Amino acid sequence: MKFAVVVFPGSNSDHDAHYAVSHPLGEEARFVWHKDTSLGDADAVILPGGFAHGDYLRTGAIARFSPIMADVRRFADAGGPVLGICNGFQVLLEAGLLPGAMLRNDRLHFRCEFVNVRVEQNDTPFTAACRPGQRLLMPIAHGEGNYYADAAVLEQLERNRQVLFRYVNAAGEETRDANPNGSVRNIAGLCNEARNVVGLMPHPERAAELAVGGADGLVMLQSAVHWFTRRAPAAVAVARSSSLSA
Amino acid sequence: MTTPDVSSDAVLERHGLTRDEFGKIVSMLGRQPTLTELGIFSVMWSEHCSYKSSRVHLKTLPTTGPRVLQGPGENAGAVDIGDGLAAVFKIESHNHPSFIEPYQGAATGVGGIIRDIFTMGARPIALLNSLRFGSLDNPLVRRNMAGVVAGIGGYGNSIGIPTVGGEIAFDESYTGNPLVNVFCLGISKADEIIKGVASGVGNAVFYVGSKTGRDGIHGATMASAEFDEKSAEKRPAVQVGDPFMEKLLLEACLEVMRTDALVGIQDMGAAGLTCSTCEMGARGGAGVEIDVALVPQRETGMTAYEIMLSESQERMLLVAKQGREAEVQAIFEKWDLHAVRIGVVTADGLLRVKDHGTVVAEIPNTALTDEAPLYRRPFTEPAYLKEAQQLSLAALGTPAPAADVFRRLLASPTVASKRWVYRQYDHVVGTNTMVMPGMGCGVVRIKDTRRALALSVDCNGRFVYLDPFVGAQLAVAEASRNVACAGGLPIGATNCLNFGNPQKPDIMWQFVKAVEGMGAACRALDIPITGGNVSLYNETDGRGGLPTPVLGIVGLIEDSSTVVRRLFQQDGDVVILLGESRPELGGSEYLKTMHGLVQGLPPALDLAREAALQRVLIAGAAQRLFKSAHDCAEGGVAVTLAECCFSGTPGVDADLAATAAEAGFGDIATLFGESASRAVVSVAAGREREALDLAGKDGVPAAVIGRVGGGRVRLSVGGRRVIDEAVDAAERIWDEAIASRFERTVA
Repeated sequence: MKFAVVVFPGSNSDHDAHYAVSHPLGEEARFVWHKDTSLGDADAVILPGGFAHGDYLRTGAIARFSPIMADVRRFADAGGPVLGICNGFQVLLEAGLLPGAMLRNDRLHFRCEFVNVRVEQNDTPFTAACRPGQRLLMPIAHGEGNYYADAAVLEQLERNRQVLFRYVNAAGEETRDANPNGSVRNIAGLCNEARNVVGLMPHPERAAELAVGGADGLVMLQSAVHWFTRRAPAAVAVARSSSLSA
Repeated sequence: MTTPDVSSDAVLERHGLTRDEFGKIVSMLGRQPTLTELGIFSVMWSEHCSYKSSRVHLKTLPTTGPRVLQGPGENAGAVDIGDGLAAVFKIESHNHPSFIEPYQGAATGVGGIIRDIFTMGARPIALLNSLRFGSLDNPLVRRNMAGVVAGIGGYGNSIGIPTVGGEIAFDESYTGNPLVNVFCLGISKADEIIKGVASGVGNAVFYVGSKTGRDGIHGATMASAEFDEKSAEKRPAVQVGDPFMEKLLLEACLEVMRTDALVGIQDMGAAGLTCSTCEMGARGGAGVEIDVALVPQRETGMTAYEIMLSESQERMLLVAKQGREAEVQAIFEKWDLHAVRIGVVTADGLLRVKDHGTVVAEIPNTALTDEAPLYRRPFTEPAYLKEAQQLSLAALGTPAPAADVFRRLLASPTVASKRWVYRQYDHVVGTNTMVMPGMGCGVVRIKDTRRALALSVDCNGRFVYLDPFVGAQLAVAEASRNVACAGGLPIGATNCLNFGNPQKPDIMWQFVKAVEGMGAACRALDIPITGGNVSLYNETDGRGGLPTPVLGIVGLIEDSSTVVRRLFQQDGDVVILLGESRPELGGSEYLKTMHGLVQGLPPALDLAREAALQRVLIAGAAQRLFKSAHDCAEGGVAVTLAECCFSGTPGVDADLAATAAEAGFGDIATLFGESASRAVVSVAAGREREALDLAGKDGVPAAVIGRVGGGRVRLSVGGRRVIDEAVDAAERIWDEAIASRFERTVA
């Protein structure tokens, strides 16, 4: 399976994503420069963490105008799996590929630590190999991860089962203390209505090996392989061809 | 515009030059310098760039060894770590700026040291920092610290280099003199280290990065109406960092370096364009000619003087091979950077600065570098020393119960958890961090190899204050012991020497003795110092902070799967104390916290015993014998044992052999004394004999002192239980001590 890792100027977890895909996961990873206009023959796309374009204006606000984003949108619209991690999630929000917005963390500090999230749904390309309710320990590292959406959007997210991850404590409970940034309803990650575009603040690619703190995040990448090989190669083929023909 | 008399007292004073130094300039040039030349001399001959007070002493430090690929004199040092790779590393201070403007001062300190590393062709993979502040009871100190921490995080987090470790200590003397020392380490191919040289007559000199502004110009020009009314506007002396620009520079420079089209490169740090041009020229034995009119400028009407002295951040100077210029420029363009040709390498050995074609400065490069003044400043033993070294425990009255002291020490900010701080640093980006902050010294794996590097920065300023020679040795010993605890063989060091005003003979004495001690310790432990930084004049209103020579040590772990962390692992594991405990309370955290004293002699240090202990620690890790290891430092063995239980491990029950001390201080000295060359390790039940034999073979005293388990920190002295505290309760004290001060401030 071929993963494209989009590199924006200021991406800093691009190498982490590339390494997690190519080493612990053992699939093909390649960088795609933000000024490129085609994702090529990628089967899945990762928008990595970092501070694209310096996060000037707002996090992710300028990255949405990068040339590659037109093809990312086309790929997503055609059903291709897209994963936005941290800053990549922020880019997806700014690009309108996912609903809602990010505020500064409630304590106003950048926060880096391992947190627990609970997998709420396992019918997406990046949670397909998870058990429902599975708890994953992954690091966060952000200053603006305080997810916000208005009541109508939240209601829609819940109704469509689009909330994929919530911050929980070690016992799996959704508590205020377990919420590291003030996100509404402890939301740590979500998907679009079509369920192929996924964004989250924790870093699964940085939790893909026991040697460096934990391997819980690897299951998200394995999910993509699982989903790709067993469930929807046809859908990806469609997404890919639409991209190539563009 | 009036031309000032460059030889007037007022002009020389503003440039920090003495009459003698001016005379030397005139004789070197054979004429009066121009104002621009005077400015260039003043920054290059400043203490910061020339090391004029320290150089004669620094030359005595050991800097060579079979692994050393690059010693002092380049942008950073480098040591061979096997697999054809080099570790490139250095520590640098940004003390003064961080006091004036904490966020930007600390942020640009991080930016500067990162540039030093990637300039050598290495990709930076780890940051550490060593910080000193006054008392957290002081709201100004809290504000300063909050700003420094946010600034370090703001830069490192953005650019994506993890902050994997460090140390923080508090003492009132640092109130007006906070220390911000930042260490960075990068990895490069051993045979592809890039140097800061300009050579090859006719090769183009390029400028790339941020535009040049009036920020950070030498203090001399700040209120300089008499120099030039156009530059009268005051500018902040502290530069503003742009981590995004630096990230682009980092990626673009590393890409350019892979092409082989580069002759040399240097970042523009202190003294900006001046320093980078003349140093590159001097190293390459060449001349450099530039025209400042070609330098990209952020402001209009800048003079040659201002452009040469600006310290705007995120700028690089590089020399490209003839005929390869377009290739270099194309790579920078990819990253939306513009490499601008501002000059050429010449054969005459001169730094020639033109402004729209008119020569405004012409100085031999070596006059600015190798031939800068050197001083042997007078030094005498400080008056305070003899009295400070006297310690009478009897005069302190009856000591408080050990259990109370234990809780007080856990709450002392120097001992307490630094989680509030490191939680603000991205310590996992890069996916190499094997030991998380707070769990031992920083350890990063080297991808595509079996190896890892253990990194530690340490110094106990109290010990140095009480005996600079021994104190500096103790700093070397502690830093290297920390990497040895993780299983790392110390293979290289970098130092950051933070002292007061060297023109005071007693301060100079501290400096000289500390350098002697550091050299002796590094020779005995076989650790070459490959570079570093000297920060003098850490004084406010004539009062200096504790003398603080910080050591940054790099340790090599051959098999990353053998890394040892601080935490006790499992119920029933056997706890062993390595090293000898003596009744040594001089300069201890106990005396400071309980009695407000910095008094007595620091712990004695036998370097041969220290070396033996470290060999045992490294061997015990490599043999997968030690399941945990933690050195004894501030707060003594009691605090060490408690820390091995944080967070959430099974607890410990240990019985310590009593050390004899006067006046009823036996328990205190046993529990909280800070004897050097000690560490607490744990082994699986049944393997204690093996561990004792391993230590015994090398003559290291070792004793089984207890077992892991019980959910409590239970400590006895000579069979008598003196401390019995639930792990959770003890940890809460330790964990909240710093955070609670800031949460209150924020609320």
